[in-house]
Amino acid sequence: MIKARGLARRFTTKTGPVDAVRGVDIDVAEGELVGFLGPNGAGKSTTLRMLTTLLQPTAGEATIGGHDLLTDPAGVRRNIGYVGQKNGSGLDQRVADELEFQARFYGLSRHDARKKVADLLERFDLQGLEKRGVITLSGGQQRRLDIAMGMLHDPRLLFLDEPSTALDPQSRRNLWDHIRQLKADGVTVFLTTHYLDEADFLSDRLLVIDHGSIVGEGSPDELKHRVSGDLVVLGTPQASIVASKFENAVVEGEQVSFRIPNGDRALPGLLRDLDNIGVELHSVQVHRPTLDDVFLTMTGRSLREEANAA
Amino acid sequence: MLRDTWLVFCRVMLPVLRNPVAVVFGIAQPLLYLGLFGPLLGDTGWQWFVPGLLVQMALFGTAYAGFSLLPEVRTGVMERLRVTPVSRIALLVGRVGKDVVLLVVQSLLIMLAAMLFGFRATAGQMLLGLGLVALLGVAIGSVSYAIALKVKLEYVFASVLSASIVPLMLLSGVLLPMSNGPQWLYWLSRLNPLAHVVDAERSIFNPGTMLYGLISVAALVLVGVFYGVRTFNKESA
Repeated sequence: MIKARGLARRFTTKTGPVDAVRGVDIDVAEGELVGFLGPNGAGKSTTLRMLTTLLQPTAGEATIGGHDLLTDPAGVRRNIGYVGQKNGSGLDQRVADELEFQARFYGLSRHDARKKVADLLERFDLQGLEKRGVITLSGGQQRRLDIAMGMLHDPRLLFLDEPSTALDPQSRRNLWDHIRQLKADGVTVFLTTHYLDEADFLSDRLLVIDHGSIVGEGSPDELKHRVSGDLVVLGTPQASIVASKFENAVVEGEQVSFRIPNGDRALPGLLRDLDNIGVELHSVQVHRPTLDDVFLTMTGRSLREEANAA
Repeated sequence: MLRDTWLVFCRVMLPVLRNPVAVVFGIAQPLLYLGLFGPLLGDTGWQWFVPGLLVQMALFGTAYAGFSLLPEVRTGVMERLRVTPVSRIALLVGRVGKDVVLLVVQSLLIMLAAMLFGFRATAGQMLLGLGLVALLGVAIGSVSYAIALKVKLEYVFASVLSASIVPLMLLSGVLLPMSNGPQWLYWLSRLNPLAHVVDAERSIFNPGTMLYGLISVAALVLVGVFYGVRTFNKESA
C-alpha cells in the first residue's frame, strides 16, 4: 500500500536549512497496522504530511495505494483517508453537515452521502449528535467525528496523526477499539504516535524514527527482545556493593538497577546470594522491557522524558 | 470544479443561514452612516453619498472575510479539506462567493433603506450598482483570504487590515469629495484604484463616466483573484 524511497524534506529557516526528514524508506503491506513512533520533532508528522500530499518532498519518491505521490497527487487523495493531529471539523458546523459535505467532496451523490453518513454515525457511536454543533462535542466525540470524516469514502488506507492526543484514558481506549476494528475490516492503517502504550497495543509493526531517520523496525515484541533482559531495580543502603556484582549496573542514591535475562526466574536465587553476603534490601522491582527501553537502546534517549518535556 | 465550488459555498453558507442575525448586524454600521452622517450632506447629498457608502461596504465587508478562515487554518479544517480531492481553487472561490452574496444582499437592503431618506434609483441602476460592488467584493475578498492564509494569526491580520483599509477608504472620497481638499491630496487619491471605483459607482446614479472605475475594478479582480488562487495552490499555505 505504501512504498516510499529516500523521502526527505528540508525546511529553510532563518537560521539555515533544517532536515526534518532525512531520506526514509517505508513499506507497508495491505491490511497492516503500522505504528510510526518517535519523540516530538522526530519527523513523524512531516513524513505523514508528505505521504498524504500536504507537503512536497524535497527528495525521494513514493507510491501510495498504487498512485505516484509526485505525479498523481489527486489519485493519492482519492484513495486515502487522513485524520490530522488537530480537529478537522468546523466549529460553526453541525455534525451531520460536516460529514455530508466531506462525503460529497469525495464525489458521492447527496443520496449516497446521506446513507454513508448514517452508517458512519452508527459505527463511531455518534448517533443522536447529527444536529449538534461541533463546538458542543466532547474531545472524544470530536476525535471520533474526525475519524469518521476520514472514512466516508471507504479508503483502503487510512493515515492517523497522533490520534489519541489530548483524550482522557477512557476515550483513548474507546478510540483504540475503533482503530482495531478498522484493521479487522481490512483497512490498512498507518498511525503516528509518541505514546508507547498506544504503539504497543495497536501496531502489528513499528517504525521508530528519530532525528528524521528511521532507527528501528519490527513488531513490538521483536523490538522488545532486542533489549537484553529485564530491568531489576533494588533499593539498598549498600548500592555500590550490589552494583559491583552486575554488569552495567546504575546506582542512583540508595537504588541500583541492572538488566538480567529472565529476571522473574532469576530473582529468587539472586536475592538469596545477596542475603548471603550480608546485603540489606528494602525494595525489589522487576520490569519487563518496554518500548521506552527499546527507544532508549536505539537512540540513547528516553521517549518518556521527551513526552514529559513536551 | 463548479461542483466543488458550489459545495464549498454551501458549506460556509449554511451556518450563516442558520444564524442570519449576523447578516442583520452586518448592516448596522452602514445604517448608522446613513442615518447619522448622510443628513449632514443636505437633501441633495443622497445621490452622491449612497454609492460611496456601497463601495465602503464592499471594502469593509470583504476585507474582514479572512477572519473566518483563521480558525479553520488553526484547527485542522483546512488541512482536512486539502487532503480531499476537492479543487484548491474551489476552496477559495466558494468562500469568496459566500461573502459576495451576503454583500449583495446587504447592499440591496441599504439601497432600499436609503430610498426612505430620499435616494432615487431605477431597478437597472441598482442592478448595475450591485454588480460593480460584487466585482469589488470578489477582488478584495480573494486578497483577504490569501493574506489570512499567509499570516495565520489574528493580531497580525488585524494590523495588516487596519493599515491598508483606512488609507484606502480615506483616499477614496467616500465621505467627502476629494476635490474639496488641496491639490496634493486630490492627486494622491487618483492613485487609489478604489477612488475610481467610487466615481464609477456614483456615475451609475448620477451623470459621469464609468470608464476609469471599470478599468480599476477589472484590474483589481484580475490581480486579487490571481494572488488568491496562487496562495491557495501553494503547498504549505
